[in-house]
Amino acid sequence: MNKNPRSDGITRREALHWGLAGAAGLTFFGPRRVLAKAARRPARATAVIQIWMWGGPSHLDTFDPKPEAGYDYCGPLSSATPTNVPGIRIGELLPRLAQHADKYAIIRSMTHGVNAHETASYLVQTGREPGRLVYPSVGAVVSLFKGYDHGYAGPVPPYVVLTEPQGRFSEAGFLGQRYKPFATGGDPGAARFAVEGLVAEGISDERQRRRRDLLHALDTLGKAMPGDPHFARLDQCEEQAYELMFGEARRLFDLSEEPDELREEYGRNTFGQSCLAARRLVEAGVPYVTINYKGWDTHKQHFQIMRRKLPELDQGMAALLADLAGRGLLDRTIVWWGGEFGRTPRVQWEPPWNGGRGHHGKCFSAVVAGGGFKGGCVVGASNATGEEVAARPVYPSDLIGSIYELLGIDPDGPLPNPRGLDVRLLPSPADGVASGGRLREIMAV
Amino acid sequence: MKILFAAMVWGLAVAAPRAPAQPVRPYERSDWPTPANEVDERVLAALRARGLGPARPCTDEVFVRRVYLDVIGTLPTADEVRQFLEDTRTGKRAALIESLLVREEFADYWSLKWCDVLRVKSEYPINLWPNAVQAYHRWVRDAIASNKPYDAFAYELLTASGSNFRVPPVNFYRAVQGQDRGAIAAAVALTFMGTRLEAWPAEPRHELEGFFSRLAFKPTAEWKEEIVCLDPTPGGPLDLSLPDGTSVHIAVGDDPRRAFAAWLVAPDNPWFARSVVNRIWAWLLGRGIIHEADDVRSDNPPAIPELLALLESELVQGGYDLRRVYRLILNSRTYQQSSIPHSTGPDAEALFAYYPVRRLDAEVLVDALCATLGSGERYSSAIPEPFTFIPEKQRTIALADGSITSPFLELFGRPARDTGLLSERNNDPTAAQRLHLLNSSHIRKKIESSPRLREIVAAGGRDRRGLVRTLYLTFLSRYPTDSELETVEQYFGSKGNRPRHAVRDLVWALINTKEFLYRH
Repeated sequence: MNKNPRSDGITRREALHWGLAGAAGLTFFGPRRVLAKAARRPARATAVIQIWMWGGPSHLDTFDPKPEAGYDYCGPLSSATPTNVPGIRIGELLPRLAQHADKYAIIRSMTHGVNAHETASYLVQTGREPGRLVYPSVGAVVSLFKGYDHGYAGPVPPYVVLTEPQGRFSEAGFLGQRYKPFATGGDPGAARFAVEGLVAEGISDERQRRRRDLLHALDTLGKAMPGDPHFARLDQCEEQAYELMFGEARRLFDLSEEPDELREEYGRNTFGQSCLAARRLVEAGVPYVTINYKGWDTHKQHFQIMRRKLPELDQGMAALLADLAGRGLLDRTIVWWGGEFGRTPRVQWEPPWNGGRGHHGKCFSAVVAGGGFKGGCVVGASNATGEEVAARPVYPSDLIGSIYELLGIDPDGPLPNPRGLDVRLLPSPADGVASGGRLREIMAV
Repeated sequence: MKILFAAMVWGLAVAAPRAPAQPVRPYERSDWPTPANEVDERVLAALRARGLGPARPCTDEVFVRRVYLDVIGTLPTADEVRQFLEDTRTGKRAALIESLLVREEFADYWSLKWCDVLRVKSEYPINLWPNAVQAYHRWVRDAIASNKPYDAFAYELLTASGSNFRVPPVNFYRAVQGQDRGAIAAAVALTFMGTRLEAWPAEPRHELEGFFSRLAFKPTAEWKEEIVCLDPTPGGPLDLSLPDGTSVHIAVGDDPRRAFAAWLVAPDNPWFARSVVNRIWAWLLGRGIIHEADDVRSDNPPAIPELLALLESELVQGGYDLRRVYRLILNSRTYQQSSIPHSTGPDAEALFAYYPVRRLDAEVLVDALCATLGSGERYSSAIPEPFTFIPEKQRTIALADGSITSPFLELFGRPARDTGLLSERNNDPTAAQRLHLLNSSHIRKKIESSPRLREIVAAGGRDRRGLVRTLYLTFLSRYPTDSELETVEQYFGSKGNRPRHAVRDLVWALINTKEFLYRH
């Protein structure tokens, strides 16, 4: 119960209105005025594609190579690839991405110091230390500010996850169910991308419609309680569900509409085709797409896995950058690559790892491109072995704050929420949270 | 408060029209099979004072489904429904209530509810770890199954010392985000006093925290084992004051938790009994007499103070036997009224003028799907270690671990068990949930490969009306009305509709009705 007058522009009345709308499950009218006031500068970006490197990718083998550190650190991946930007080099297994270095900025001084998956994921995707409240992830916040409450009327929900949600991670936090992502399920790399709930194998549209009529005819309780607000809300959800089933959404996820050459370009695998699906989604106006890319928690057989997976990453992400740029979408679309932490620079040759890399939250890399982020640059630096930040630390909240700014969302502004809590989008230095400052050096003014 | 009510009238009360003069079949009846009790006296007096009236009595069909779902988190089987409907004894509702209070599922279901409050999960941001989760859950379940008096339940949780694996109730203190006295005192206050310590003035808050200032947590040589105990490092005596202002002197070597716990569970404690009876009322009737049920404070008065006092005295006089409170509530007309309101608006809602419809809890819903279709769900957690694998036949309501991986439970608003707040459980419908029930491969496969459905169809032979009646009994706990039978008949006869599809479509439609998805 906050009894203090609010200084942030949400009045008590508005807060209550929110709380009630949430409790009753009615549509949030949303504090439009608050948003308008909050946007300090016009939005450069309208969408984010987040490539979530689930498990924590090795920074040394991707965007922060250290060939001079020797075999103990590099193992068999002993060289680096020069890129199309003089002075910048990246991992030897990323030759295609090397040809697009002018499009992205590499942050080599990400840090939070946490080596546990769940805490680190929470930190990197919310900008918050774990505490009494569970905060929403970036995707949920974007869905709050750019979604249904603010005029979004796209054919699919404003926050989409390809394909699986990250278990144990409450994307929406205290914002609640309405801001959870739509997880597609299915496999974009399969012959047909069977999006869960949209594509029902073996049930024709005609039968779908027929049985919907049956359902409505048998809605005896609903008819006995006309006007009940709980049931009205369920009916509204049902309409939205059928809109998804019969509307534009199916076509949007139908990758066979893309030319074969382009599909090859992205790579005929789950990740590559997820990148292609992500492009189609942002092209259609979806503001936030997360690709949950599994398999980077490489404690064992690390180098074998790198040789298998990095070419897939290289191909898919390079094709995505090229395709977005070619369509003029990169200017308004942020591509954010990274995981919850990096991996130990020193290779663990001893048993039971026998050539693996552990968790490393002290120093790791992230990559951002498009939407107002300048390409062809490097932010910060790690030390000679990649174990420590050597210059310009970047904390998760610095990166997230920069993304919000480019989206025209005030990172220091209030975070309206159905529980009426008086909270801000991101912690401030006044909260005692470490910060290296937002990424002004790579943000277009 | 004025704004609140104005907003509610404006936002919520798209009032249902007055109920028709005749009872609505098959949900309402005109006569009461249940005598009015002391609960009803107090509720009716409050309604009358505001010119409101209660809803009609619910039918036996509605009652049997409702009471199974509310008391044991489980749908009645078709046979159980049939037996109850055919039973002609007066007092059969009371008898059914008695039989449910001693079912195994009663302990499962109420352990689920209590483990929400006690934040039982193996990992993040609370780290109980799997072994301790199992030990703790079993202790809670045993307490509920053996009807341990509630004062003893709380006292043991608050004063236990020892290993998290060997002395399960010590996990109460481990299931808190943060081991500082502030976080622990807030968890104690929320759990057993139903109040949010954050909102208290600094002084009484600090005093209360003092009772938990001597708690120590230390690791052992065993993996993930932890000892919770009185801090052995020497400290001086403590002079603390209890929330009611009484001073307490804690001598060197005494555990201050005991002084607090003894005060808490005393019969004249103003917080303890009130908080738990209010919770139980809220669990059964959708809303606390003090609302929200875990936000007790002086400026949030009970809607019907006399009703709360009645329940408190029932608990305390009855030796803290929680089942007596359940019995009193469940046997009331207030509980047994229809969900079709005669009076609407915020007052009617706050004063229990009807039984409120609520979507089934995530765990109850998936169990209902599994039970009616004869399938199971397989749960496992590959993190944290040691890994957890649950056999397919175990019910979801019996799951111990709130962090076990399950997209379905996530989607349907299972609480994260981070804070212990009742509001963590979110039963609001979403489009994604609707899409899942209407068209996911999960539900489609459950229907298509349902062994139960195959049996029902095989047993039905050519008697289609019999088949439809069995399906209605199985899924909606009642027989179909004539008009429903006719609708189904037409559906089976419609052009291009194969019989095998038609049966599945009917089942699909039944599990997607409000009647299946909502407690009503």
